[in-house]
Amino acid sequence: MRPKTKKILFLFTTLIFMFFYIPIIILMAFSFNDSKVGTVWTGFTFDWYKSLFSNDQIISAVTNSLIIAVITTLIATVFGTLAALAIHRYNFPGKKAFNFLFYIPVVIPDIIVAVALLALYGWLDITLGISTVFPGHVAITISYVMLVVIARLAGLDASLEEAAKDLGANEWQTFWKVTFPLIFPGVLAGALLAFTISLDEFVISYFTTGPGSDTLPVLVYSMVRLGVSPEINALSTIMVLLIVIMVVITGRKMRVSK
Amino acid sequence: MIKNIRLAYSMLSPSLIWLLLFLIVPIVMVTVISFTTNEGYGGIIYEFSTEAYETAFLSSMYLKVIWNSIVWAFIATIICLFLAYPFAYFIAHAGKWKNLLILLVMIPFWTNLLVRLYAWIILLNGEGVINNFLMDLGLISDPLTLMYTPASVILGMVYGFLPFMILPIYSSIEQLDKTYLEAAEDLGANPMKTFFTVTLPLTFPGILAGFIITFVPAVSVFVVTDLLTGSKLVMVGNVIRDAFLIEMNWQLGSALSILLMVLVLLSVLVFMKFTSSKDKNFLV
Repeated sequence: MRPKTKKILFLFTTLIFMFFYIPIIILMAFSFNDSKVGTVWTGFTFDWYKSLFSNDQIISAVTNSLIIAVITTLIATVFGTLAALAIHRYNFPGKKAFNFLFYIPVVIPDIIVAVALLALYGWLDITLGISTVFPGHVAITISYVMLVVIARLAGLDASLEEAAKDLGANEWQTFWKVTFPLIFPGVLAGALLAFTISLDEFVISYFTTGPGSDTLPVLVYSMVRLGVSPEINALSTIMVLLIVIMVVITGRKMRVSK
Repeated sequence: MIKNIRLAYSMLSPSLIWLLLFLIVPIVMVTVISFTTNEGYGGIIYEFSTEAYETAFLSSMYLKVIWNSIVWAFIATIICLFLAYPFAYFIAHAGKWKNLLILLVMIPFWTNLLVRLYAWIILLNGEGVINNFLMDLGLISDPLTLMYTPASVILGMVYGFLPFMILPIYSSIEQLDKTYLEAAEDLGANPMKTFFTVTLPLTFPGILAGFIITFVPAVSVFVVTDLLTGSKLVMVGNVIRDAFLIEMNWQLGSALSILLMVLVLLSVLVFMKFTSSKDKNFLV
């Protein structure tokens, strides 16, 4: 790159980063603002964080989100990993169709999945609640787990498994002693992805949850619709900080595994 | 061999059954519902009817909503493309800073969309940061209407979905075989020519992938219009939501969902046609 081009691109990149971060930083700053109304700085306070932790609605929403995310992660990780192993290892009739099926949740708009599930529950006359949210979350996260594990399997050295077999290990032993430890980082990455997607997911949760069992994003949505309040700022700040921590940890992991 | 096939199917069956039960069957149901007769109050009479589609196509209101959704999402996607390409290009050439900079893109990528849209409400609303700032400077005497406009919808989409465009473009630029660039240079092409005849065509799959994964959520989103225009402006997602949750007109909601799905699948098919299979792994 020419130095002049580089300089212009540097400036451009800086501006985009400012575009990304200035709104978030302002949002975080006002979570410490003493004034209940408006966006004028009046003084520093931790009050909004205190009231956050004594807000039952928020605590129950966080609990619901965590329950759903844990169930989703367990199911999606096991199912997705099994599917990845099947697709990577074996040739069988209908493999192309399966591949296509696994791409559907990735490309289809979330609102379609959401209304379709609502229609299913309505038709079956099922009462909406936590237990009606996670099936949709599993349906959209299985594919992501599968794609991540397949990527890991593709980078696997097949000679290691052959060596195990040559040394007398059976299929089962080979899998647990050799294959699984090798693909474990991929399985873990897939699980983390499923967990994060589920925690973050709004549209499917919004359509398929019942009264009194809001997830955190659904609660944030209904709070934001009522207008600006420093309590939302405090809640948002915590959510952003958790993402920062998660990204830094996975970023480090990635560098180590490289 | 037969044993292996059986094993493969039994390993696939949990996912398969789950996807059939909670994805395929429900979507088929929506398709069926879209062709049934509306009884009112969410009632469904299982008699064939194309009334919902007629309502969607014949009323100028719904056509306009669909048209607006496509236009706004398309404009936002194009803006994302022009912002993302130079940005990703710079990061891919940032040497040792590369990993840190891409990490800084992952943070907005993973931060909840509602939270990030809320940040813009704080900036844009009548008593918001931007209006206060401009009034303090004496540049304006009355607050400007920054929300409630198509521009604010497009801004919200660009802000929300820009990382979706950046990541596939970044990975295509990063994976570019540098020997092609050297070859072009050796053959006497200037940097400008190298970029337009080598880099840009070779990273085209990344651009297409970015286009699809930005356009699909943008055209179907309803929270951007909800939060940044207080539902004064609506997109097809808002109409589907209202049809299902407020008006209880499941036929109309289903018909609009099917139309949206067809629109999205068509754009994906176009994408598949233009890229080879090895380029489709942009997701991991």
